[in-house]
Amino acid sequence: MNSGYDLSSSTYSPDGRIFQVEYANKAVENSGTAIGLRVKDGVVLALEKLVHSKLLVPGTNRRIQTVDRHIGIATAGLLADGRHLASRAFDESLNYRETYRSEPPLSAIAERLGLYVQAYTLYSSVRPFGISAILGAVDKDGPALYVVEPSGIYYGYNGAAVGKGRQLAKTELEKLKLSELTTREAVFEAARIMHLVHDDSKDKEFELELSWIGAETNGLHLPVPKDLFEEADKKGRDALDADMED
Amino acid sequence: MDHFPGTHWGKPRNDNIDAYGTYPLHAHQPRTDAFADGVQRTQQPVVTGASVLALKYKDGIMMAADNLASYGSLARFKDIQRASGDMADFQQLKHILDTLLIEQFVQDDGHKFGPTEIYEYLSRLMYGRRSKMDPLWNSLLVGGFKDGKSFLGYVDLLGTTYSAPTLRNWVWRYIAQPLLRKSVEGREDTLTEEEAVKILEGCMKVLFYRDARSLNKYQIAAVTEKGIWISDSRSVETEWAFAEGIRGYGAQTQ
Repeated sequence: MNSGYDLSSSTYSPDGRIFQVEYANKAVENSGTAIGLRVKDGVVLALEKLVHSKLLVPGTNRRIQTVDRHIGIATAGLLADGRHLASRAFDESLNYRETYRSEPPLSAIAERLGLYVQAYTLYSSVRPFGISAILGAVDKDGPALYVVEPSGIYYGYNGAAVGKGRQLAKTELEKLKLSELTTREAVFEAARIMHLVHDDSKDKEFELELSWIGAETNGLHLPVPKDLFEEADKKGRDALDADMED
Repeated sequence: MDHFPGTHWGKPRNDNIDAYGTYPLHAHQPRTDAFADGVQRTQQPVVTGASVLALKYKDGIMMAADNLASYGSLARFKDIQRASGDMADFQQLKHILDTLLIEQFVQDDGHKFGPTEIYEYLSRLMYGRRSKMDPLWNSLLVGGFKDGKSFLGYVDLLGTTYSAPTLRNWVWRYIAQPLLRKSVEGREDTLTEEEAVKILEGCMKVLFYRDARSLNKYQIAAVTEKGIWISDSRSVETEWAFAEGIRGYGAQTQ
């Protein structure tokens, strides 16, 4: 069908496409949804982790990871690629600290990750990353949110969604007045959206992952504390049930 | 073309180390030893901080350090926080510790370094550096509180370590140690916070009187169950009238 033009990411198709990068995007589209909200005083990351086996220990294979004290990353796509990119982001962050002796702004980390991911679209000996990564931080310029895609392209966002349910999640994010929300309010919105976009008929089980960075965490990237998590999780589920009854 | 992202990508080729681009690059970087550039002159501290004291009391650990960083005998910087030995080496130490703590934070596995782990790490670091003939020119007092237990440990530029209920640092500043021992040892479990502050104030006063590399401006820190508390800069009342009557030093003629 693609007459051999999809065998290597170092080969263009006659109409100027790189199929390997497009296939990498497919890997992202098949993954559980991840969203990020950049609000007034912080950032919230949320993720729908699809549980493919009941035998798995709850809480394993986390896909929201910490890059630096103030930076978090949520990945949609291949789990192992996500781990590798988070590890690279951590190295870049430490390198920035070694060089400039200060806290890295997220823009610098996003730029370096963009360059790194793009390098994997240039050679026949490697494959592109099968992930889209949402990066969130509160740095010297305030809250920041970036998405790095398999092509190596990266943009800054106020609200971002990647993975299976991204279309619906984006519509929901657009309805919010993100710049007026507090981080705590954003946690509830994020949990609600994750429950909303989860497709019960196709995927049975999922674990919700929630993390936040803001004044309440002293600028640290931390998992949402247990009591707040449970409250947000329950509210999100109830909102969905109420929706169903309408 | 370079097909090996794990070993090469993002790392510039270095002709000084690896003129022929051998693979894998990182495995072929020759280690330079302490004598690579010939024997170096003994190093010395440049901008230095002096008195640091620490003691155990009922609720944990209390420490005191003045705000002076000296350049030789010149009182160069008078608003420095927490000094002990060479200031540049101290800043490097802080950076290394910060990096370690970030690594630990990122792991997010529920484990946290306590004072004993930090102390052990620092002592290995200090000994490792002295073994490379490149010491970090500091003596460190590590104080902490974890799981209801207080900890106080000493490590210096030679990697020498010991623990005691009272500590003061730097080689020739023996003035405060007897005072601390007299007022603290045997009473570690009953000393109150007020008493501990008083003892440290007394010591800082004596140090300011007798130690020409000290400053009557210092901070006190307490490590307890509640966390770490560091005071603003403060000073003690001193009395110098007696100095008028002293003869026999300096430029006086009579």
